[in-house]
Amino acid sequence: MAKVELEAQVEDQSQFPLGRVHSIETMGTVDGPGTRLVVFVQGCPMRCAYCHNPDTWALQAGTPVSVEHIMGTFESNWQFYRNGGITVSGGEPLLQPEFVAALFGQAHARPAGRVHTCLDTCGYAYTPDSPERFDALLRAADLVLLDIKHADSEGHRALTERSMDRILAFGDELARRNIKTVIRHVVVPGYTDSVEECEKLGRLIAPWHNVVGLEMLPYHTMGVVKYEQLGIPYKLEGVPQMDKGRIPELRAAVLRAMKGARASE
Amino acid sequence: MQEAWEGFEGGTWTDEVDVRDFIQRNYTPYEGDESFLAGPTQRTKDLWDYVMGLLTKEREKGGCLDMDTKVVTGIVSHPAGYIDNEHPERETIVGLQTDKPLKRALHVNGGIRISMQAAQQHGYKIDDDVVENYTFRRKTHNQGVFDVYTPEMRACRSSHIITGLPDGYGRGRIIGDYRRVALYGVDYLIKDKEAQKASTPKVMTEENIRDREELQEQIRALGELKMMADFYGYDISGPAKNTQEAIQWMYFAYLAAVKEQNGAAMSMGRTSTFIDIYAERDLARGTFTEEQIQEFVDHFIMKLRMVKFARTPEYQNLFSGDPQWVTESIGGMGVDGRTLVTKTAFRYLHTLENMGTSPEPNLTVLWSKNLPQAFKEFCAKTSIASSSIQYENDDLMRVYHGDDYAIACCVSSMRIGKEMQFFGARANLAKCLLYALNGGVDEISKKQIGPKYRAVEGDTLDYDDVVSKFNDMMQWLAGVYVNALNIIHYMHDKYCYERIQMALHDKHVHRWFATGIAGLSVVADSLSAIKYAKVHPVRDEQGVIVDFEVEGEFPKYGNDDDRVDKIAHDVVHQFMEYIRMNDTYRNSVPTTSVLTITSNVVYGKNTGATPDGRKKGVPFAPGANPMHRRDTHGAIASLSSVSKLPFRDAQDGISNTFSIIPGALGKEDQVFFGDIDLDSLDFSTAEISVENPDCAEC
Repeated sequence: MAKVELEAQVEDQSQFPLGRVHSIETMGTVDGPGTRLVVFVQGCPMRCAYCHNPDTWALQAGTPVSVEHIMGTFESNWQFYRNGGITVSGGEPLLQPEFVAALFGQAHARPAGRVHTCLDTCGYAYTPDSPERFDALLRAADLVLLDIKHADSEGHRALTERSMDRILAFGDELARRNIKTVIRHVVVPGYTDSVEECEKLGRLIAPWHNVVGLEMLPYHTMGVVKYEQLGIPYKLEGVPQMDKGRIPELRAAVLRAMKGARASE
Repeated sequence: MQEAWEGFEGGTWTDEVDVRDFIQRNYTPYEGDESFLAGPTQRTKDLWDYVMGLLTKEREKGGCLDMDTKVVTGIVSHPAGYIDNEHPERETIVGLQTDKPLKRALHVNGGIRISMQAAQQHGYKIDDDVVENYTFRRKTHNQGVFDVYTPEMRACRSSHIITGLPDGYGRGRIIGDYRRVALYGVDYLIKDKEAQKASTPKVMTEENIRDREELQEQIRALGELKMMADFYGYDISGPAKNTQEAIQWMYFAYLAAVKEQNGAAMSMGRTSTFIDIYAERDLARGTFTEEQIQEFVDHFIMKLRMVKFARTPEYQNLFSGDPQWVTESIGGMGVDGRTLVTKTAFRYLHTLENMGTSPEPNLTVLWSKNLPQAFKEFCAKTSIASSSIQYENDDLMRVYHGDDYAIACCVSSMRIGKEMQFFGARANLAKCLLYALNGGVDEISKKQIGPKYRAVEGDTLDYDDVVSKFNDMMQWLAGVYVNALNIIHYMHDKYCYERIQMALHDKHVHRWFATGIAGLSVVADSLSAIKYAKVHPVRDEQGVIVDFEVEGEFPKYGNDDDRVDKIAHDVVHQFMEYIRMNDTYRNSVPTTSVLTITSNVVYGKNTGATPDGRKKGVPFAPGANPMHRRDTHGAIASLSSVSKLPFRDAQDGISNTFSIIPGALGKEDQVFFGDIDLDSLDFSTAEISVENPDCAEC
């Protein structure tokens, strides 16, 4: 029983705020560069129609996990993460800024060498009127994966049930701080797969010179089964998977518009 | 130096059999890429098309194209055979197991009944004369074993607590150093064996008598090898003089082995670095072009793809199909730090492109962090295109076996020509745990199989009590198991001796006594459940525990959790300690493996419900894998649990079967772009990778 008690002590005696965690993926290869330890936090304020992790929505669920525990997991397998690092995804990490800030801070302060940190967020939980809450977190984030669900504010509301104002404010804040950012955009047939929408996205992100990459994610239906399990109606019922073949064209449309907007700045 | 060796640097190898010394002094490490490789020749394409046609026919006929029912196989049992008798000139490397391609040979020394079953399965019947001879006049391995088995051993066998014992089929797992035939020629090897025989002690102890008889058998087999080559018009009494001869000599030696033995795994060894020395010399001399050398390699590999044995349905169930395990080990690093990758390592892997993908031979890359980058990339490309490469950890095995070892079967490593293995199937530790709980009563047959120790009492299992009983039962099982194997290997040596393979070994051979474990993750999770949750046994009307109710959560093996990973570690170590307490045949050194790659299904089928919540008959996880869907923290956590198992105790190999969809290995599409690319016209080709600069060295 030694280890259990020890772990309980770590959680109790952690000098940092505990995180509410949904799960940990030890071999994350799609959320940031290299092979990464990905912490999926619990709780999300968005209700994206295509969300493939609806089990991370509930705010009160999840397991309390300490920064020490996560760093210990990282440490014991650090060889796998030499070209990667730690990513916090979710759920929505910005709902737990103190925990993420502490984790990223510890990753940077790791005695054996600094660990690359990456924040995967939709930005919605950012509060523009109290930006200081996110200061420590953003200072310790090496890379941000910022999801822009829809380039159009009405389209955004239709797809996510939320406004995009705070997301844009968060994007501006990242740009102000010049934090390397990759824009993510899920391409859903009939929602976000038009050249017009993509061009609009290009113009939207054009002012952010901190953007270093763009990832267009073709919509898939692998998350549907979770809705059935959770008994939640699935809003995109009947929407087909996105044809991967169209992604390069749409990506080029975004970039073309972004470049055009910058040229006329 | 003799003519065949001209241009080679001499050394110990010129005065005594020492292939490694020859390799170390003469090979050329290759750090470049695959651009030098040649495609298939027209002859190769024609031949392979012909073979593909035969393989299609074989499938259509239900898995066996033809079978010999009259001639008992041996090194010189059949005349020369060719893939296409109308075009023997197409084959630059010749030799078949029988007179016709894909015609299965009649092996009987392992056991006549098994041969009859194998024939029957494919609609054939062995000639009465042969059956009579091997029933009444010539004893087989199988008969020998069953003459001596104790009732307890038979009971363990039929209740499947010990399964897959090589008591009715060839034990395999022995790799002759086939390179010796190419380097020295057969005459030299015969002389060497004659000298070994002459140097045995004068006092005729049982051991000495056996040694002398075996050495004479080896000499006889070498003579037959020469005769077999002669059928094909080759004189292999002297050393091979060029690449084509080196491959041909080596293949003849291997062919002699598979004509004589139908072992569960008839592996090739580690030949690419050796062959490369001849290839480099021929290229420098202008004897052959790259295209010709690739053709020799292609034809050699083609022959290995055609190796077949007649198997019984039981055997095919156990191994889930008709695998031959013709394993060829490629690459690795030398103990001096030079890579053993040569151009011929590329040529071997290139056969997967020249002739398409194939499960045999089992091309196995000995992987090291220090392999040349270009080779690593070529391996990755070939793996993606063919899904036909196996990888094993050279950095781990080199420490124990040096740099001239090879893999037998899937993971068993041994120094070539110096070590051999007594293959020993495996003990079902999950069932052993159930015996511990039930006081030796089998949970399925309800018979008393194990010793009648006290069963567990009460309605909640107590961890310390269970562990203590499990240890006692493991100790009993290890004893029965090792002693059954002692009988098996005694009889195999006596009635089914691997003459040609042992002729290609040193006189003093290090023998591994290989045992095995099945159901490790079931045991680890079961003990973890008993320790960290509450497990209530469910008894039937006879009082035998047949099911379990698990109350609460418990740590599961496969999540990098020391609480349960330590249990798995300790079980392996403890079982090995009990194995070591027994005397082993011919002073062999015991080891164990955790590597059921396919037979886990059969083991599971014959095992009742277990305290981890696994139901009766549900397959075990393969090898050292965590149980299906119980590893919930991703691949690295899962692999980390496996990597905590003690290799010191399980030197015969620990396997982890791992499937992953390509998309989960990383992004297929580009994500990042650079500032410069933003200004360029064509965004779609812009790609940079962002790595963490501060972490690159740690």
